[in-house]
Amino acid sequence: MRARTGVRSKKSSANGNGRYLELRLYVAGQSPKSLAALANLKKFCAEHLDGQYELQVIDLVKTPQLAQNDQILAIPTLVRKLPVPIRKIIGDLSDSARVLVGLDLRDKAGAE
Amino acid sequence: MKRLDKSPTGIAGFDELTSGGVPKGRPTIVCGGPGCGKTMLAVEFLVRGATEFNEPGVLMTFEETSEEMSKNVASLGFDLQKLAAKKKLVLEYVRIEPAEIQETGEYDLEGLFIRLQHAVKTIGAKRVVLDTLEAIFSGFSNTGMLRAEIRRLFRWLKDRGLTTVVTAEKGEGTLTRYGLEEYVSDCVIFLDHRVTDQISTRRMRVVKYRGASHIADEVPFLIDERGFSVLPSSSMKLDHEVSNERISSGVKDLDDMLEGKGFYRGSSVFVSGTAGSGKSSLAAQFARQTCRDGERCLYVALEESPAQAMRNMRSIGVDLEKHVRKGLLRFEAWRPTQSGLEMHLLHIHKLVEQHKPSTVIIDPLTSLMTGGTDQLHSMLMRLIDFLKTQQITGFFTALTAGRNKEIEETDVGISSLIDTWIFARDVELNGERNRCIHVLKSRGMANSNQIREFLMSKEGIRLLPVYVGNGAVLTGSARISQEARERAENLQREQTAEEQQRTLSVSGKRKALEAQIAALRLEYAQEEARATLVKRQDERRERELSEDMLEIESFRGGARRGKSGGRNGRVGVEHES
Repeated sequence: MRARTGVRSKKSSANGNGRYLELRLYVAGQSPKSLAALANLKKFCAEHLDGQYELQVIDLVKTPQLAQNDQILAIPTLVRKLPVPIRKIIGDLSDSARVLVGLDLRDKAGAE
Repeated sequence: MKRLDKSPTGIAGFDELTSGGVPKGRPTIVCGGPGCGKTMLAVEFLVRGATEFNEPGVLMTFEETSEEMSKNVASLGFDLQKLAAKKKLVLEYVRIEPAEIQETGEYDLEGLFIRLQHAVKTIGAKRVVLDTLEAIFSGFSNTGMLRAEIRRLFRWLKDRGLTTVVTAEKGEGTLTRYGLEEYVSDCVIFLDHRVTDQISTRRMRVVKYRGASHIADEVPFLIDERGFSVLPSSSMKLDHEVSNERISSGVKDLDDMLEGKGFYRGSSVFVSGTAGSGKSSLAAQFARQTCRDGERCLYVALEESPAQAMRNMRSIGVDLEKHVRKGLLRFEAWRPTQSGLEMHLLHIHKLVEQHKPSTVIIDPLTSLMTGGTDQLHSMLMRLIDFLKTQQITGFFTALTAGRNKEIEETDVGISSLIDTWIFARDVELNGERNRCIHVLKSRGMANSNQIREFLMSKEGIRLLPVYVGNGAVLTGSARISQEARERAENLQREQTAEEQQRTLSVSGKRKALEAQIAALRLEYAQEEARATLVKRQDERRERELSEDMLEIESFRGGARRGKSGGRNGRVGVEHES
């Protein structure tokens, strides 16, 4: 499954910090952790990213060959492909504060 | 009950050590300190599996990238990229970068499983190597989860029947830093790399092997350009085959001392002696003999370079170079201080496997003696054992220190391992030093008990019987002068005898001549007598004749001619007749 959520709208600084995020969420089938992560991520994106992102969900059960590229070990893993450097957040993303840290958005988020 | 199946690794010596390899379809842990050779062992297990046993493998590395790994093992002659291209191997590098990972909430290592599964499926792998799995402990903070996942991983590997080697770093006082051995209960192998007296030795030990008997000793191993090789421990049984075949020592006179036939094939020959007593020369002769018989010989020189040794041997008329060129003789030389005793042994093992000689010469064995006789003893035992099982005749020289009885005593420790012991020494007498040789013992043959003088010349080696007599044992010029003296005496004695003989024969001749003369005289006398008789008869006949004439005359005309006595003569004649 390659679900593309997200809107590639106004490339300009829509969320006030000039950030546009390219995200990938790696999951393994319909496992509880995978489902939880997807749900948590959607909620997080809606709350914090204001549409300035592109999300790709990759199910490794179906496309295992994609695991190597991003060096996926833990499931679920959220990868921020852009902006560089690559950041990884593993786990079900239940703690949005930590997700902010993981995506390196906290300072800006705090400043908002 | 079905016995535990084993998967041969193809690593020299390792399969013997574990009597068959690692447990088939199960994980094995290879642990040890940094640089002990864990990865090399694991990689060779995969490469041999792919190339020799048609078992493709997955190499999952956690610390080195596939490129780094390929480069590292290229020095062992393994081409991982080529194997990967031939779909015999999958190189999967798992990068763990704690700095870029943020944890939030629950996770597991399903990604690792998925990747492994994918790699295994791609080529139908039967073997898996995880090098070094423990690295995941540095990447994730949730150790409870990690342990559960490792347990699940081993289970997973077992369920799929994957023969796996997992490498792990040695911990403080534990086999592995993270206690991985708790999860793998089938087979644990410990590698060690230690340095004693500046000499490094690698050793291996099978700590645990469930369901199989194994040798628990530490055994040395080697990593070189041909990969891993483990020195097989000596077999416990003394049941190697025995040959009745005899092979020449290359010195005819020495063969003569050994029932005229030489050594037994597959026996161990030990030549000990003081410096310059001719040990190496004997060794060279033996090497040449082997090659002349069309067999292979391995000559391990530990004191001289091959070129030097061969030059020196040429001085006694032995051209070894010829045989080296023909490929029959393999001349190997290395510094005895280069490595530990086990390493030497291992080297020799490897050379034997490669060259497949029928005789092995080590000159001198004592150069290896760095750690006392005890070590030498056990090493020699292993070596002899190894050679005997392959029916290889071992020829070892040993340098002894002094020139007295102690020499023989120092070597007592190894005497029991030796079948034929030749003892070379020098005898100092009358301002010169001469080489002597004798056979101290030789199992299974009536060896000579003579001490012989050892002579080397351009023509080779001769063992001359020493002069024994007049209550003295003489060698060298003393022997020569004594022999000359004896020769002179003999000559004189012979001359006297001849003279006597001559005298005897002369007197005999005279007697014979005298007898002949006597006989001739006798003959002459007889002849004379006969002649006299004939003469007398003639006279008588004449006389009678004249008497008859007279008678006739007188009868005719009276005594005209006056002759007389005719009648008497006639009477005499009548008498005679």
